[in-house]
Amino acid sequence: MRPELRILLGLLAVLGLVAPAAAGTTGVLGIGHVATQADIAAYDIDVRADGAGLPPGRGSVAEGKELFAATCAACHGDKGQGGQADVLAGGKGTLATAKPVKTVGSFWPYATTLFDYVNRAMPFTAPQSLSADQVYAVSAYVLFLNGLVPEDATLDAQSLPRVAMPNRNGFTSDPRPDVPPVARN
Amino acid sequence: MSFASSGGRLGRRQFLGGAAAGLVAGTASGAAAQGQGPLQGALQVPAWTREQGEGVASPPYGVPSPFEKAVGRRPRTKPAFPTAASTGTPLQDLHGIITPSGLHYERHHAGVPAIDPEQHRLVIHGLVDRPLVLTMNDIARFPSVSRLWFLECSGNTPQWTGGSAKWTVQETHGLISCSEWTGVRLSTLLDEVGLRPQGRWILAEGADGAAMSRSIPLDVALDDALIAYAQNGEHLRPEQGYPLRLVLPGIEGNMSIKWLRRLKVGDQPFQTREETSKYTDLMPDGTARQFTFVMEAKSVITSPSGGHQLRDKGFYEIRGLAWSGRGRITAVDVSTDGGATWRRAELQAPVLSRCLTRFRLPWTWEGGPALLQSRAVDETGYVQPVRQQLVDVRGVNSQYHFNGIQTWKVEPTGEVSNAA
Repeated sequence: MRPELRILLGLLAVLGLVAPAAAGTTGVLGIGHVATQADIAAYDIDVRADGAGLPPGRGSVAEGKELFAATCAACHGDKGQGGQADVLAGGKGTLATAKPVKTVGSFWPYATTLFDYVNRAMPFTAPQSLSADQVYAVSAYVLFLNGLVPEDATLDAQSLPRVAMPNRNGFTSDPRPDVPPVARN
Repeated sequence: MSFASSGGRLGRRQFLGGAAAGLVAGTASGAAAQGQGPLQGALQVPAWTREQGEGVASPPYGVPSPFEKAVGRRPRTKPAFPTAASTGTPLQDLHGIITPSGLHYERHHAGVPAIDPEQHRLVIHGLVDRPLVLTMNDIARFPSVSRLWFLECSGNTPQWTGGSAKWTVQETHGLISCSEWTGVRLSTLLDEVGLRPQGRWILAEGADGAAMSRSIPLDVALDDALIAYAQNGEHLRPEQGYPLRLVLPGIEGNMSIKWLRRLKVGDQPFQTREETSKYTDLMPDGTARQFTFVMEAKSVITSPSGGHQLRDKGFYEIRGLAWSGRGRITAVDVSTDGGATWRRAELQAPVLSRCLTRFRLPWTWEGGPALLQSRAVDETGYVQPVRQQLVDVRGVNSQYHFNGIQTWKVEPTGEVSNAA
């Protein structure tokens, strides 16, 4: 809607001459600007479990190893064994023990989540600074550290969602309230 | 709870000379005697009565008394990354149900961004008829509502194995706060963009360096959820999401995305890092509960509480807070003998759904040992459990959503400590 028309309709609405719904084609109240995909592309970064949202590009375990050493290892350890920040690798078979170790390999249900998270929030000191190729590469390396892709793997929008995650079916829905009620004395 | 001068943490406080000191004192180093004005004898007219005080607008935006410097948020332990950390609300120092905005608990994942509201944009897109970009001025034009709601981090009260005897209520329960939130109903914005029938989940995303993101199911999004720009009458504090945040009543705090920049409607959850590897509840069999949103009924005695020192035998008012993510609090029982017997506390009106409720009970301390507990009941009939009931079902590694009954141990010396 042209700004002048929007102002006119707003004035008419204030005067009670038209109902708000008369703003019609631009929505119930007609507030805001209709967004094109180009407008919002820089914000529209989410990647779903089925791979929707993954950008073009590709990255290898070897490339990821180099990048990981330079930008991730200081906090996560050179093999993802953890340090100041979370453990990323290992922990297989520990979830039902007294000391569970929740890592990408032992716990995360989707490889796509790894791409999404690195892409939006890592590296910690410079979030959203990596290229798509670099995010594929570092994702590939972390998956390699967990034994989930071979050392010569290269990942892209087709192959990343197909990485089989060991704990894919490890999640249940919320059964609460789950504690039997006590009688109040 | 006591009137405190600047003197560091609870437990090392001095008392205002001549002022009405609280009945519950900080512990240690003879605080009860230190700095205390004469309690008997002839009163002296103090200096402040014999001169003009500060003029108006000094400062233009008022701040607490300089004698309240000890009251503040603080982390339980020194964080490895100060921008990815939390601080608790000093519940022991507060009254009523509203948390002062500057004392609202914090949980950030990439620090507090300095957002220019002129440049901030909210995008609403996905399975909608009219994807929109909204400025803050646009958002302020929509019909608004105000709501009194608590927010609680689902990691609040990590007492699965008991915690530390030294913990104060700020350390056991400080990740809860309560505010009046003002903004636009999320449903109003969804009407504006035209929600498509396939829409089932909404991704909410922040503009911080974590681009914090969670999937909100449609039933939660339509259950009075707010896109808030104001808290306790003024625009949001930066730590609380300035200029715009989601507020989901009764739901774990992590989902009330701060610095909100984007809402995307989808037909399935987006499986973000925060709803898969974090904020899922690990069970003893190795499976994890996912999408555990509601904060169940809970309560805690804030006075007397951990770190306090009872100075004299006699009358005390037991004071505390109760809340439920499922609605109103209908009763709070209080025990002074570790749950052997219970008395019904008085609830301070207003008692609102998904809001903090203040409770009180008169108590006479005879000078012996005591175990102080409170037990909340909500309008669904849910009764706050003891820790062992939770552990029996969930084990000790589920990390989130602990709502067990809190015990404060009172020694014959009057010292109060966390007994989990």
